[in-house]
Amino acid sequence: MLAILKKELRLYFTTPVAYGVVFCFLLVTGYFFYSIFAFYTMASMQAAMNPQMGRDLNVTDSVLRPLFSNVSVILLLLMPLVTMRLFAEERRSGTIELLLTYPVRDGAVLLGKYLAALGLYASMLVLTLLYPGIVAYFARIEWGPLLTGYVGLLLMGATFIAVGICISSFFENQIMAGTVTFVTLLMFWVIGWSGDAVGGVWKAVLSELSIIEHYDSFAKGIFDTKDVIYYLNFNLLALFIALKSLESRRWKG
Amino acid sequence: MIEVHGLTKHYGAFTAIRDVTFDVAPGQIVGFLGPNGAGKSTTMRILSCFMPASAGTARVAGYDVFTQSMDVRKRIGYLPENVPLYTDMRVGSYLDFVAEVKGVPRGVRKKRVAEAMDKCLISDVQGRLIGRLSKGYRQRVGLAQAIINDPHVLILDEPTIGLDPRQITEIRALIKSLAGEHTVLVSTHILPEVSMVCSGVIIVNKGSVVAQGPIDTLVEQFFPFSRVHVEVAAPAAAVREELGKIPGVLQITPVLTGDGSAAFAVEAARDRDIRGELFQLATQQRWPLLELRRVGMTLEEVFIRIVAGEEHGADEGAA
Repeated sequence: MLAILKKELRLYFTTPVAYGVVFCFLLVTGYFFYSIFAFYTMASMQAAMNPQMGRDLNVTDSVLRPLFSNVSVILLLLMPLVTMRLFAEERRSGTIELLLTYPVRDGAVLLGKYLAALGLYASMLVLTLLYPGIVAYFARIEWGPLLTGYVGLLLMGATFIAVGICISSFFENQIMAGTVTFVTLLMFWVIGWSGDAVGGVWKAVLSELSIIEHYDSFAKGIFDTKDVIYYLNFNLLALFIALKSLESRRWKG
Repeated sequence: MIEVHGLTKHYGAFTAIRDVTFDVAPGQIVGFLGPNGAGKSTTMRILSCFMPASAGTARVAGYDVFTQSMDVRKRIGYLPENVPLYTDMRVGSYLDFVAEVKGVPRGVRKKRVAEAMDKCLISDVQGRLIGRLSKGYRQRVGLAQAIINDPHVLILDEPTIGLDPRQITEIRALIKSLAGEHTVLVSTHILPEVSMVCSGVIIVNKGSVVAQGPIDTLVEQFFPFSRVHVEVAAPAAAVREELGKIPGVLQITPVLTGDGSAAFAVEAARDRDIRGELFQLATQQRWPLLELRRVGMTLEEVFIRIVAGEEHGADEGAA
């Protein structure tokens, strides 16, 4: 498992993949951070002149929450690109035939690849710590919501990765794997919206299924086990399906 | 070392191999022959634990490929047909990765990687990206990854395909050097290669084993003849007629020559040597004898006869 993890990480970081993804991620999040922070600066200057308004103004609500929600949209677009090659490429080039005849269990191969993608993602998140760092230099920051925000991002990203790996294991074509991953994640993203139309019990069910609804409380600084369990279950389910897909060659035909 | 019994594999409605049974003794190099689509790769994939058989059993190095897959995998080296390698990795770090995955202990890993690279003559490219290597080098990297864990059994699917003549000779020499300590099952289309490298062959056609054993035995079994090549400067029709009169001659096949001489391959029973009689015939008829020699049977002929014979039999059966 460790060997697979090391190999995948090495592949990410010796090819332009990791650098390209990290660069683009930081570029876009950096832009969003700048515009949000600039807007906040302006708002607080106005608030200085009008104390009535200033009461509702705080860093967590005005900077971190919008930033986190922007980051989650960027992840939705970017993570399929990180995960799409993990199995699709091995299937296309045939290397999977060698890999699966080495003395490693299918589960170890899967876990190694999952953790490698997670490692790349974690390093992306660590680099974004710069933004709260800048805020903290100028203003008093609430560390609790910041922490839950990051935990939430990590869980949500891990879910994206698990779904991406799962879908990649079904395809030989990377573009197909990436596209289907993106569409799947998008559907789970917007599924909550259709809840408003149906109402009643279904509204609750659909909004509980939504991948973004569960992130909201993390961004607010609430650490709810319900949301943690949602993400962990989603991860386990996706990885379980991926494992079965890998093993399917043993019972198909 | 490899015991295969009644192996069958269906892909949906298509049956790739049917009731394949053979044995390979330890330390032997056995050629696995057959026309395209005969089921060679399917059999090798099953033996390498990539996929299971629909029916039948296979034991490699004493372990069952399905129920004791991990034990088998630790003891084999496998080279699939199209040599799938990670093109984005460097040769050295790739082999290091394979060694780790294959469970080579950390302490000896460096040494094993260096040994495998030495054996396969790829030490000079260890820092290069696999994707940038020529076909011949990739093939050798593929072989290096197969032997890196010092496996008991090597399963090589067409290891010399697409190489230039010099590389083919090198790879052959390498495979030959592996005999003794390793048991090798090697599939190929190139029949002279088999005669040079292998001690025995298994011939499959349409998913079934049609012949197996040491090459000499197979030749004897399928060619119970002796064959003489005779060339005389005389009219072909007359020569043919006279040759037919020699008692014990089974078949006369004309052989093309550039000049006007008549050349024939004359077959008789295995224990009968007709060279003396041919010489006497030529002197009697005052034909200048240009050439007279015994011709051995090649594996090619055996192969074609077996495979074509099968086809013939099948056609008759259908009709």
